[in-house]
Amino acid sequence: MALLEVEDLRVSFDTPDGVVRAVRGLSFTLAAGSTLGLVGESGSGKSVAVQTITRLTRGADVGGRVVLDGVDLLTANEEELREVRGARIGMIFQDPLSSLHPYHRIGWQIEEIIRAHEDIGRAAARARAADLLGLVGIPRPETRVDDYPHQFSGGMRQRVMIAMAMALSPEVLIADEPTTALDVTVQAQVLDVMRRLQEEFGTAIIMVTHDLGVIAELADDVVVMYAGAAMERAPRRELFYRYHHPYTEGLLTSLPLRGEASGRLRPIPGSPPSLIAVPPGCPFAPRCQYAFERCSITPPLAAVLADPRHQSACWLPADRPRQESAEEAA
Amino acid sequence: MARFLIRRILQGIVVLWLITVAVFGLFFVVPNDVARTLAGRQATPETIALIQHRLGLDQPVWKQYLDFVWRALHGDLGYDYYHQVPVTHIIAQALPITLSLAIGASIIWLVLGVFNGVLSATHPRSLEDRGLTAFSLFFYSMPPFLLGILLLYVFYYQLTLRGVTWFPAGGYVPFAQDPTAWFQHMVLPWITLALLLAATYTRLTRASMLDVLGEDYIRTARSKGITERRVIYRHGLRAALTPVVTQFGIDLGQLVGGAVVTETVFSLPGLGNTAVDAITRQDLPVIIGIVLVASAAVVIANIVVDVAYAALDPRVRLH
Ligand SMILES: Nc1ncnc2c1ncn2[C@@H]1O[C@H](COP(=O)(O)OP(=O)(O)OP(=O)(O)O)[C@@H](O)[C@H]1O
Ligand code: SF4
Ligand SMILES: [Mg+2]
Repeated sequence: MALLEVEDLRVSFDTPDGVVRAVRGLSFTLAAGSTLGLVGESGSGKSVAVQTITRLTRGADVGGRVVLDGVDLLTANEEELREVRGARIGMIFQDPLSSLHPYHRIGWQIEEIIRAHEDIGRAAARARAADLLGLVGIPRPETRVDDYPHQFSGGMRQRVMIAMAMALSPEVLIADEPTTALDVTVQAQVLDVMRRLQEEFGTAIIMVTHDLGVIAELADDVVVMYAGAAMERAPRRELFYRYHHPYTEGLLTSLPLRGEASGRLRPIPGSPPSLIAVPPGCPFAPRCQYAFERCSITPPLAAVLADPRHQSACWLPADRPRQESAEEAA
Repeated sequence: MARFLIRRILQGIVVLWLITVAVFGLFFVVPNDVARTLAGRQATPETIALIQHRLGLDQPVWKQYLDFVWRALHGDLGYDYYHQVPVTHIIAQALPITLSLAIGASIIWLVLGVFNGVLSATHPRSLEDRGLTAFSLFFYSMPPFLLGILLLYVFYYQLTLRGVTWFPAGGYVPFAQDPTAWFQHMVLPWITLALLLAATYTRLTRASMLDVLGEDYIRTARSKGITERRVIYRHGLRAALTPVVTQFGIDLGQLVGGAVVTETVFSLPGLGNTAVDAITRQDLPVIIGIVLVASAAVVIANIVVDVAYAALDPRVRLH
């Protein structure tokens, strides 16, 4: 059984301009100890989706189910949620500087998460904090616990965030673009640290990213998101070699070839639909080179392809031809 | 830190010096007839000249000023023109009253303002938020004397009519003499001043809190599984307090110069009241003395605010 199941997750925000449907029926499962990659363009609802897992999207209307070990977090009360947050699901975010409290010492911030869930004294928590800093590769951890976030470099700050999120060896680590704000060389180091801790603690990771390179390196399964919904879900190799959805194809073919400095996406022509008035039918239709009549009228169902773990929300036949360049890129 | 303090104190001294020059200058630009007033209606020119000589007013202005500075540097601010009481003595009488008023009121308005601000910010656009905003704006837009008189009417006049004499009509009793009476005399002035200023703090705290609560580190705090109260106070308010502390320092510094209207309504012989009297009587030594104390308070408050700022925000370095 899966550790975490997200079923038909729907998240919307009531804004002065109208109701923003940021997540529209997202489903995926996360197996214990595995890594799930969540990719998609900016604004596709990745952050909203993963933050809603622990109900951090305040003021949002939320529907669907998020089941952790048989318990639906969306109907859990405040107390039950608190026991999950930090202890069973850890989180790290894109910008490690703004995600750490500027007025509190690093050690204090790590001690706080430990003491929120365990009945231990300050001194013991502090020693644990220093151990954790050492574990994520911060030199002289016993003295660095007394430093403030602004005294660390970007990569070191993200290591601090990882140390904090992993302090209670949670079953799930949600990493929302953890390397986007970092230099390329630092990115690799930070990913290494995450991978190492994952092996050590057996943590499952939800890795939100723009970067298909990161997906190719880390993910066991991939969910491709567009306009708040999953376009395609598949195991990594299946997705890279036998992708089905034209949006996935767009992402893969816009990937710079190997050897170029960064694996970041080059944008697909056109822009995503407004989440206030999502058109009926396939949300990708206005930008899809294969679109036909039916596409903009009826929303495609998530068709199961040859591999039962592979699903694609597209009307095209299962055996549609694919572009060659994408496979090379993968 | 030490260099910062030395530089700021030197700057403060320059400011105080410039202020004395300005006050002295102003006093002699407008025609002054202190000697004539003192001598009475029928005084002969000789009497007036004598009085002028005794007060040192027959000296050239620059000489009077140098005398003043010389004595001031020795802790002597001269004597008042009318009763020959040392100005330092007058200030020593009035300052504790003004400080009692300012400090007591500031505690009330700070607690009230910050608490209401946090409540408003954590329930934006709710009934509490709207109610608190209306409440604070009501007092904010009220003329100070009106609020003071209303409180007197209700708590002194009406209660006394009903035989309850908790609140006197005004005046002051030193704390050392009778703490209970001191408290009874101060409560209404405190409330008056606090209600007038609380609105500013409610709105400042609300705005600052709303900013902070949208920050990424608040989301991080929530993701750690700590209580919402802890998120709001230890993470939110801790960061939101900085602009509030700045405003508090500035307001408190200014209040030491005297809360004139409140002191007048409640007949508190504090610095504000004393200054108004001195100005009407053109009692230069007293005016200068009070202006000096008030300015020094503002200067000190500003230094304290900067130090507090650095203490609150570890990213700020004093230099
Ligand atoms: N609190 C909110 N109120 C209103 N709209 C919101 C709110 N939070 C997010 N949104 C909207 O939801 C949509 C999805 O945002 P989200 O941050 O999840 O995208 P994302 O896929 O993470 O993008 P990026 O890659 O840029 O991080 C966006 O259109 C955003 O404007
Ligand atoms: S359903 Fe139609 S428009 Fe949508 S991706 Fe498939 S082919 Fe393109
Ligand atoms: Mg995001």
